[in-house]
Amino acid sequence: MAEMNTSDSGGGKRHKGGKRSKKMSTRVDMTPMVDLAFLLVTFFMLTTTFNKPTIMDVKMPAKINDIKDQTELKASESMTVLLGGGDSIFYYMGLPTDPATVVEQSSYAADGIRKVIADKKQDVIAANPTEKNPDRLSVLIKATPRSNYKNIVDMFDEMSIIQVRNYALVDLDKTDQGLLDKKIGISAPPASN
Amino acid sequence: MPKVKIPRKSTAIDMTAMCDVSFLLLTFFMLTTQFRPDEPVIVDTPSSISETKLKDGGVVLLTMDKDGRVFYSMTGKNTRAAILQSMAGKYKIGFTDKQAKNFEGLESFGVPIDQLPALLDMETEQRKQFKQSGIPLDTIKNELVDWVETSFEAYSEEKGEVPIIAIKGDGKSNYPAVKKLFNSLQAKNFNTFNFITDLEANPNKKPSQSSH
Repeated sequence: MAEMNTSDSGGGKRHKGGKRSKKMSTRVDMTPMVDLAFLLVTFFMLTTTFNKPTIMDVKMPAKINDIKDQTELKASESMTVLLGGGDSIFYYMGLPTDPATVVEQSSYAADGIRKVIADKKQDVIAANPTEKNPDRLSVLIKATPRSNYKNIVDMFDEMSIIQVRNYALVDLDKTDQGLLDKKIGISAPPASN
Repeated sequence: MPKVKIPRKSTAIDMTAMCDVSFLLLTFFMLTTQFRPDEPVIVDTPSSISETKLKDGGVVLLTMDKDGRVFYSMTGKNTRAAILQSMAGKYKIGFTDKQAKNFEGLESFGVPIDQLPALLDMETEQRKQFKQSGIPLDTIKNELVDWVETSFEAYSEEKGEVPIIAIKGDGKSNYPAVKKLFNSLQAKNFNTFNFITDLEANPNKKPSQSSH
């Protein structure tokens, strides 16, 4: 293939009419070239398709200046999820000011908060049998300063798994902090601003 | 009777056609591919079930690392050039031609704007070593919102459509830092965000698999 075409003087064959160069085949072995080409094709194919990250679309509530624009929420159709530090999670149903409100602890596992919210959603739907849109559960997500970004994204993700349509990330207020403190017994640092 | 001679066929195949095809594909992928840009920080994003892919152009990417530093980047070289010009006018900072050229090639950065010329003067290797402090987003000095607003203006002027805000946060960054970022964006009426997440299995589709 890649041998030098040495002169045939050493060979025994003698052609009549003097020297004549040996005719070499023009065919080249393309196997290694094809190998290399396909290796590169595979590389580029993999880098292009797997490079794109996935995104989660989140719409935050717009700023409301006028109190008349705010919508009232039924206590029986709302629940609040409190995100604590160290991946802890708490929840309560209804109003925080109601003395009957009990804060429960849950977890981020599949049978934890997801089951609680899904059950609550079913309850709300069952409570409004005559409504056209019975699915009116609202979930308020309140993150404490000790929670992290992952907790928030996880909660938003749970919302899309359970298909809760109304949910919002709200600031933690003093009542919630009080309830939480009573539940865990230790005081977390107060929310900044 | 002499034996029937089976002619010996060569096992070599003509590879020319295969070679043609493979190189055609290779050229296609080489031209269409876009390499992942250099990032000043490594960010470990949380996961979600969302399967929507990030689009190619018109993305204002805000990266937040676990210490709460925020980095900014915008797609498109021409858009970046327009943004820098507009920001330079706003903050009255002059950029040399070389610095402007470097900015066009710079993917993501996180320094206050008065340090930006020095960052742009650095060589690529030097820039990688340099510890960027993040773009300030305090209530008094909120440069990040200016960058985002300028990006929106520049992109709408160029393409006639609105870019999206993508937020790439580290799972460990604490909530006050995240809230500061959200609040400063929401204060300027940017209410739709896209969180960049890793893909995880959707429990609704495969009930046997559990996430987390």
